[in-house]
Amino acid sequence: MDTTRRDFLMVGTKLLVMTAATASALEHVLAGAPEAAAAGPYSTAEHWWAMLIDVEKCIGGGHCVRACKTENNVVDEPMYFRTWVERYHINMSDPDHPIVDSPDGGINGFTEKYADGDGKTFFVPKMCNHCADSPCTQVCPVGATFRTNDGVVLVDKDYCVGCRYCVQACPYGCRYLDPRTHTADKCTLCYHRLTKGLVPACVEICPTGARQIADLKNPNDPAHEYLRTHKIQVLKPQMATGAKVYYNGLDGAVR
Amino acid sequence: MPGVDGFMYPNEVELQWSVLIVLYPFITGLVAGAFILASLERVFNVPAVKPTYRLALLTALAFLLVAPLPLQMHLGHPERSFEMMFTPHTTSAMAMFGFVYLWYLMVVLVVEIWLEYRRELVLAARASAGLKRLFYRAITLGSDNISPASLRIDDQVGRIVTIIGIPSAFLLHGYVGFIFGSIKANPWWSTPMMPIVFLFSAIVSGIALVLLLYVATSRIRRAPVDMPCVDTIATYLFYAFMVDFALEMIDLIHRIYEADESFRALDFMVKTRLFTSQIVLQIGLGTLVPIALLGLTQLLRLRDRTRVRIYVTAGVLTLVGILAMRWNVVIGGQLFSKSFLGYTTYKMGFATREGLLPAVLVLLLPLGILAALVKLLPPWTSADAAHS
Repeated sequence: MDTTRRDFLMVGTKLLVMTAATASALEHVLAGAPEAAAAGPYSTAEHWWAMLIDVEKCIGGGHCVRACKTENNVVDEPMYFRTWVERYHINMSDPDHPIVDSPDGGINGFTEKYADGDGKTFFVPKMCNHCADSPCTQVCPVGATFRTNDGVVLVDKDYCVGCRYCVQACPYGCRYLDPRTHTADKCTLCYHRLTKGLVPACVEICPTGARQIADLKNPNDPAHEYLRTHKIQVLKPQMATGAKVYYNGLDGAVR
Repeated sequence: MPGVDGFMYPNEVELQWSVLIVLYPFITGLVAGAFILASLERVFNVPAVKPTYRLALLTALAFLLVAPLPLQMHLGHPERSFEMMFTPHTTSAMAMFGFVYLWYLMVVLVVEIWLEYRRELVLAARASAGLKRLFYRAITLGSDNISPASLRIDDQVGRIVTIIGIPSAFLLHGYVGFIFGSIKANPWWSTPMMPIVFLFSAIVSGIALVLLLYVATSRIRRAPVDMPCVDTIATYLFYAFMVDFALEMIDLIHRIYEADESFRALDFMVKTRLFTSQIVLQIGLGTLVPIALLGLTQLLRLRDRTRVRIYVTAGVLTLVGILAMRWNVVIGGQLFSKSFLGYTTYKMGFATREGLLPAVLVLLLPLGILAALVKLLPPWTSADAAHS
């Protein structure tokens, strides 16, 4: 069979394309999992973390509180919480004065207390608001607590002097002095997980999806759509702390 | 939860700042007040208070030396406290403490006392021998010139230091007020009045303390109480107290009239958990009674002995009142929830690290230091000499 010049060119081009494709595929195979290779190492400049909490979805099971205590080795006693759940009960004749309880921070859930039709009752998960303009980092005398580039407020335990000024400065009651280290402690947004591409423990465990982590710098994060389509509120907006825990369905009575 | 009424955020149940932090503004206030009284004679030319001038300076020094102690005892990591000086966080009010403190101690108080005592130190060095001589030599810093011209320079420099010292004393205590007043999260603290109220209560407490110490030391020395001196001090105490009380009432009336979101919670707290310390001790026994007593001495002609007794009673009540005021600010500010929905209780230990016993010892320590300072740098002999 005669090989025409046309055939030769066709086969040659096909071979060339296949070789190039194989070569580039091989590169990916050698590099490991294709997604990991695409993500690259964690860069704080590429993220801006926030949290979405849907009050309407919270059933007060306390999974988040338990998961947080376990994941972060938080002191067991009931005055040390990185996250906790409050139950609000509002009597319609006196909507300004809610009755609130949080037995052991809601760690074991809540027992039934209010009858159907008796006012309204709902749960509000609380945690550090990872404020953009946080009053706690402002007052730290040695700069041991700080906001990271990616918007998470952390404490350097090796630097904290334990003066507790930050505890006083937090309007939301999110900080405490760890009795083991004598240094300030608080929610880290599970930074050790975030930087590995995982979500915080409380988000992962929540059976109703009431908590969602949000990366406001990632245009593909579904949080953008959520924030656009819901009526969002932060706690104590008058404090002007740039709080980044965004609540959906938050009642005005919540403090 | 025991000790909790209503709802507290769980992390708020335990108080963070203890009785030791109550002592911190109380002690620095005494320092600032004693210094202001000392400067009356020097800068404002009130010669009547001269007999208390040196005592007031030494009192300020004794209390200033102790001022950082309750803070150190309270820190979770006192061994790291030097980081506040070496790596201060510039946006933190607390980080400035070390600098304000050192400025006041080293630039104002120590220099002024040294200048005031230099002549006696040189004479003491000349008159003594051995170790004592070496000691006095050392604290004269090698300066041996006590010619009239040299002493005149001492006096002029001392006057300038005092003039710098007055705003410094204002700074020291106004600053302590700012530490509390600038916390927007806490409505009990957050008011621009706080530094001013702290300052005037400081002046009041410092004057009262020096008055008491002067009368007490006169008794111990079996020396007569200089009546024009204590009368003048009591008059200043009376007027300073009126201003202080007016400022506190402006703050109170403003809060009651504005009745913002925190009012209900704070009002309830004052009427219940703070009733004894705020209404009875601070406003009643600690303010109204001493003002009335001092006012009485302004209106009536009373015998010397009676006046001194009234001054002493008023002075003691004043100190109780100002201590109660510090308590109500520091402890009161932590008894209510920042949710305004509940209250907690302060449980003070006794022989614990931040308990009552160390607090009492911290309060007594400056008196011990003062006794030593008085031995070392006697305030009276030269004061009497100056009078003659």
